[in-house]
Amino acid sequence: MTAEVGSREPKARRRDDLLPRGSVARLDPVGTSFWSRALVRAAVVVIAVMWSLPTAGLLISSFRSANDINSTGWWTALLHPFETTWTLANYEQVLTASGMFDAFVNSLIVTVPATVIPITLAAFAAYAFAWMQFPGRSFLFAVVVALLIVPLQMTLVPLLQVYNRTGLTGTFLGIWLAHTGFGLPLAVYILYNYISQLPRDLFESAFIDGASHFTAFTRLVLPLSMPALAAFAIFQFLWVWNDLLVALVFLGTDSAVATLTARLNELVGSRGQDWHLLTAGAFVTMVVPVVVFLSLQRFFVRGLLAGSMKG
Amino acid sequence: MSTPSLIKDEVSEPPRPPGEPGSTDNRLSVWVLRILSALIVPAVLLLFFFTFEFLQDPRTNKALQIAVAIVVGVGGVWLLFWAMDRLVSALPDRMAAGVRPFVFAGPALMILGFYLVYPTVDTIITSLRNADGSEFVGIDNFVRLFTESTYLVSLRNSVIWAIVVPIFCVGFGLAVAVLADLLPRKTEAVVKSLIFLPMAVSFVGASVVFFFMYTFRPEGFGEQIGLLNAIWTALGNDPVDWLRLPFWNNLFLMAILVWTQTGFAMVILSSAIKGVPDELLEAARIDGATEWQVFRKVTIPTIASTIVVVWTTILITTWKVYDIVAVMTGGRDGTSVVAERMVTEFYTFRNEGLGAALAVVLLVVVLPILIINIRRFQEQEATR
Repeated sequence: MTAEVGSREPKARRRDDLLPRGSVARLDPVGTSFWSRALVRAAVVVIAVMWSLPTAGLLISSFRSANDINSTGWWTALLHPFETTWTLANYEQVLTASGMFDAFVNSLIVTVPATVIPITLAAFAAYAFAWMQFPGRSFLFAVVVALLIVPLQMTLVPLLQVYNRTGLTGTFLGIWLAHTGFGLPLAVYILYNYISQLPRDLFESAFIDGASHFTAFTRLVLPLSMPALAAFAIFQFLWVWNDLLVALVFLGTDSAVATLTARLNELVGSRGQDWHLLTAGAFVTMVVPVVVFLSLQRFFVRGLLAGSMKG
Repeated sequence: MSTPSLIKDEVSEPPRPPGEPGSTDNRLSVWVLRILSALIVPAVLLLFFFTFEFLQDPRTNKALQIAVAIVVGVGGVWLLFWAMDRLVSALPDRMAAGVRPFVFAGPALMILGFYLVYPTVDTIITSLRNADGSEFVGIDNFVRLFTESTYLVSLRNSVIWAIVVPIFCVGFGLAVAVLADLLPRKTEAVVKSLIFLPMAVSFVGASVVFFFMYTFRPEGFGEQIGLLNAIWTALGNDPVDWLRLPFWNNLFLMAILVWTQTGFAMVILSSAIKGVPDELLEAARIDGATEWQVFRKVTIPTIASTIVVVWTTILITTWKVYDIVAVMTGGRDGTSVVAERMVTEFYTFRNEGLGAALAVVLLVVVLPILIINIRRFQEQEATR
């Protein structure tokens, strides 16, 4: 599972494998010195530890009693694991009394349709841009590319006015459509890049066999585009799940609709020093993205690479 | 080859299904059908949701809501696309060929128009109006932005963010990508995953993580439970309230973004580094170059374009950062940034004009990148 980020393309196998042992050309990249090796390792370990310590502190604290968290640093629990009171009470309290469980459900309700709807619309559009002819095609696609990096903030004021007038503010439908709108440029772009690269012969032979555009799309293009669809799906899923701004603006903080991020943000504001709640709460918001990320890393990296120019 | 259009319109026609002539039909009736067909899918969707009142009420059964959303959002959209396609097929061949692309691309374009194009234009107009939008004030809002100290602080901070964060992300990312490449494969994978993981965490979550790191207790109010102050006091200093430390507090906020974005830089740079041809590196080494020279003279120039892409991507993310500042300080103590100020101005102070003007500033800065994107896309298309 974890091997994905570090995995290599087959072309670039480890240099050692490509060259016969002991040959003149086999030069160790950093020289053979023991010390330079040790130095490299030490540097990498230091950075890796620096990057993991903050999360480790949070995770450990979320299982300590409120009393312990407030009287000693989390690292004492590591040094003296048997003198600390380990507990699940923080999670229990944060999920029930602080309403994180409801927020978790809300986040799911928001995220799933907000991922699936844009994919469907974008796939049809990407197909049209790639394999159909129509007036204004190149202009319209230029607009899509331009919209990729338009800051969200540009849209908030006018959209909220329309939403308030139509009663869409604070409804799930409203936020699904908003996320659909904001996600579409990237979705169309990624899917177009993929679908337009499918071999031409494929379509020619399908059409000779009597297929229509609709059949070509459903039977041919969709199954073949699975990697691109998955890459965007994961990107969008994490984006929507982790979003705070759109959720605050279009859904608000009412506990019936508030998402995890909005709820956690509120918790920081109202219980800023209740670390037993904040640490557990933060972890509740992280569980799903971390699991998605670890299990689907391959697609996630692909989505990142494809979407690397989105703002 | 004609002049390079964005997508080759005429150069080579895409293959066509049987009985479908090329769509050069530009009569008025065809255009009416095109627009209608683009509108129908979104319209039917909206109609559906507005007919069933319970879908708008957040208090109805949530399982039911999500079930309906998925059945309608996916199944319904598919059914609509299919039905529209059948309908269009009933038209005469020439007309059908002209209308069908709009059935496919129309719904996406309509939604983009409503959610991105219209608001962008409207915001630009609003930025020239007063607080409640009732009066045209010209560039007054922009004059205020660039003269009043409140906004100048936000602008200054945003610029510092945009300079500092990409430097550190690319620097750390490059360092880890290069160094980890020298480690055994298993170790490399573990190290990279650890550094990449924060990428999956929300900015709010990341903020809480660092909030905890930065916690401060005045002297005499118990042991320091924040890691940073614990280290700081262990070195014999007095505890510091990091998030209120003038000017420096900005850097402590930036650290959070660096923490989340370095993994992104690392992954992309790492795949670029692994793509540098081995022969090139070996040739340099055989010629007697030291490792540092190989890195500077061979590796860096080869991956330069990737570095630029990573740099601009992180720059755009940084320029629009809102969550971190909003959660950590709410923009107090001189930590405000443009994107956060925009929301505060609009929601807290109800000043539409100024809020819109701040949004326009956000857009103007990314405009050059937008233009480069389109250019790059044109080149890519020319070689398709």
